[in-house]
Amino acid sequence: MFSPDLVDALDGSDALTKRRRAAAERAVASGQPSFTEEVWRYTPIDDLDPALYAFAAPGGAAGPAGLMDGVDDGAAAVVRITNGAVVDVSVRAEGIRVGTLGDGADDLIGTVAPEGPDVFGDWNLALATAPVAVSIDPNAVVTAPIVVHVHTDVEGLAWFPRLVVVAGRTSQATVIEHHTGGDTPALVCPLTELSVGDGAHLGHLTVQELGSGAWQIANLCSDVGRDANLRTGQVAMGGAYARARIGIDMTGRGGHSEIDAVYFGRGSSTLDFRTFQTHVAPHTTSDLLFKGAVDDHARAVYTGLIRIEADAPHVVANQTNRNLKLSPNAWAESVPNLEIENSDVQCSHASSIGPVDADQRFYLESRGVPTDVAEALVVRGFFDEVLDALPSEEISASVRQRIDELVSDADFAVAQ
Amino acid sequence: MSDNTAHTLRIEGLHASAGDTEILQGVDLEVSSGRVHAVMGPNGSGKSTLAHVVMGRPGYEVTAGSVTLDGVDVLSLAPWERAQAGLFLAMQHPTEVPGVSAAQALAEALALRAGDDGPSDDQLERTRSLLEAEAAAVGLKAELVARPLNVDMSGGEKKRNETVQLAVLQPRIAILDEIDSGLDIDALRACANRIEALTEAGLGVLAITHFTRVLEYLRPDEVHVIVDGRIVDSGGPELAEALEADGYAPYLPEEPDAGVAVSIGGLGSSLGTGAGPSPADDPFADPWADPLDELG
Repeated sequence: MFSPDLVDALDGSDALTKRRRAAAERAVASGQPSFTEEVWRYTPIDDLDPALYAFAAPGGAAGPAGLMDGVDDGAAAVVRITNGAVVDVSVRAEGIRVGTLGDGADDLIGTVAPEGPDVFGDWNLALATAPVAVSIDPNAVVTAPIVVHVHTDVEGLAWFPRLVVVAGRTSQATVIEHHTGGDTPALVCPLTELSVGDGAHLGHLTVQELGSGAWQIANLCSDVGRDANLRTGQVAMGGAYARARIGIDMTGRGGHSEIDAVYFGRGSSTLDFRTFQTHVAPHTTSDLLFKGAVDDHARAVYTGLIRIEADAPHVVANQTNRNLKLSPNAWAESVPNLEIENSDVQCSHASSIGPVDADQRFYLESRGVPTDVAEALVVRGFFDEVLDALPSEEISASVRQRIDELVSDADFAVAQ
Repeated sequence: MSDNTAHTLRIEGLHASAGDTEILQGVDLEVSSGRVHAVMGPNGSGKSTLAHVVMGRPGYEVTAGSVTLDGVDVLSLAPWERAQAGLFLAMQHPTEVPGVSAAQALAEALALRAGDDGPSDDQLERTRSLLEAEAAAVGLKAELVARPLNVDMSGGEKKRNETVQLAVLQPRIAILDEIDSGLDIDALRACANRIEALTEAGLGVLAITHFTRVLEYLRPDEVHVIVDGRIVDSGGPELAEALEADGYAPYLPEEPDAGVAVSIGGLGSSLGTGAGPSPADDPFADPWADPLDELG
């Protein structure tokens, strides 16, 4: 898709350059993915034409505040990355270090994902022009969020945002990524690594507000240590095709993770989530709740796998995906999977796809609530539990308000 | 806001089907302000269908007949318009509505009734206070009315919650679909007492039930027996007593014991008098009051 020679023009340590070359070779060997591969099933990946995009790092101005309005003011750190270049780093609290290319990030790249997890992950390692590494010192308690804004507004640009978060032992922090972009075509392939040290509590949230022309192929790779706690959330509102592959590796005994997503597809957008809850260590738990709505001609795909390895007894893992279909032309697919190699575990999975519940609507109508208001209340209510679960109350409130706006004038399909 | 208007729900020759099955086969009933009518019948007689069709639940087709409230054609209205016109249905199986509180829903309904375009924060708060006051009246914990509607509530709590909403909304005519099922005797008494107090203030009630127990507290003015989608008998409270003693067998054709039916059937009916007491404080009086005002 891209030339491995591009690696030679990038800055960074010799060791990193060597790893970049190896990653580029792996990516070239992988070739371009196809929807015939299980992991790309239901996706428009065959429509991806790399020739339409040019790899570059021109930088530029910061993006709009959007759902993050006001969050920067109280943030512990703010990083702005625009069109392939870090344009601003501001650290305002103790216990946080922010590294960039050639200045603290190089050795941390690959902490959780030394390669892959797919061809876009390898291209990301090879071609990340503006990697950012956020380290939380051991025992540090950072109460305000650490905010990373990733903005794309150059037409036809292809680039590879990379964020590495290393939460030291028994530290506490929350990192919010904010992805914005204009409506012009662009290809953005972010990869985020979350290393949650033993006993650490890390909150992480990705707020995706891309424009209607953007393709986003994102990877999240995480590693949850002993007695550590990870709460990670996705808010996905835009993009032509926006994919997030989310890998949660429970590698330390006693670790807990919560994985949540709120998504709302409109226009002709496709939102695609692949989740992997991988339990390697015993006595680990993971709870996944993804709730989304598709309106207009939008599409949503959820495919999730809970994998429990043979050496991991006493695991509790849950996976729930629920979809509201708000228009007859909208489409959603939900495919939960379990792969369990230890019998001493508790697992559940559930999924649903359907229109606004006719009984719920009728109940509210029977109280005197007009049809459109009743439907809006039902849709808002549908998202309530997952909004409560997101690791930032501030963002939950602004997403709640955005959903209110989206549903207040809509005319929904209802089951009869 | 003194007003002497009586309101009348009139059901005439109502036929309704679900799928290919005709369930209501010509129902005639009239319920007026301040009157309590009980409709009793065996399983499958069409009791709940009658309640659903009058309120406009999707899934039924009215094939003949009419339903009017003060002369207004109810069947041409959407369910929410029926509620805004003054009808209320207390459901047999109240639906769980995740993430939506009773205060949110009722504040929307009351704001619309008051002519506002959506509730203000103040109206929402007053609705919440009204709900809490009514919850206390029927022994429902305040935190339960704050919860998403009917979510994680027992059957009895859901029924009390229906009574709470009825009392806050103050409709003109309330249809109670087996309000007694799932309620223990104390809860039943509390709910029935609250509803009876509302009837004294002018509420008309159509209480659908299997059992006579609830009627000891609701004290109907008239009792109707529905079998196979038709009202086959009507009478005073003594008709309920006869049903308690003899069951529905006298009305069922395959039963040989038909002699009893003749004696019950001869009690006659005051059906259709339509002259309920004139409530002094009709919340739906013209101009429409905002029930929120009552909290002061």
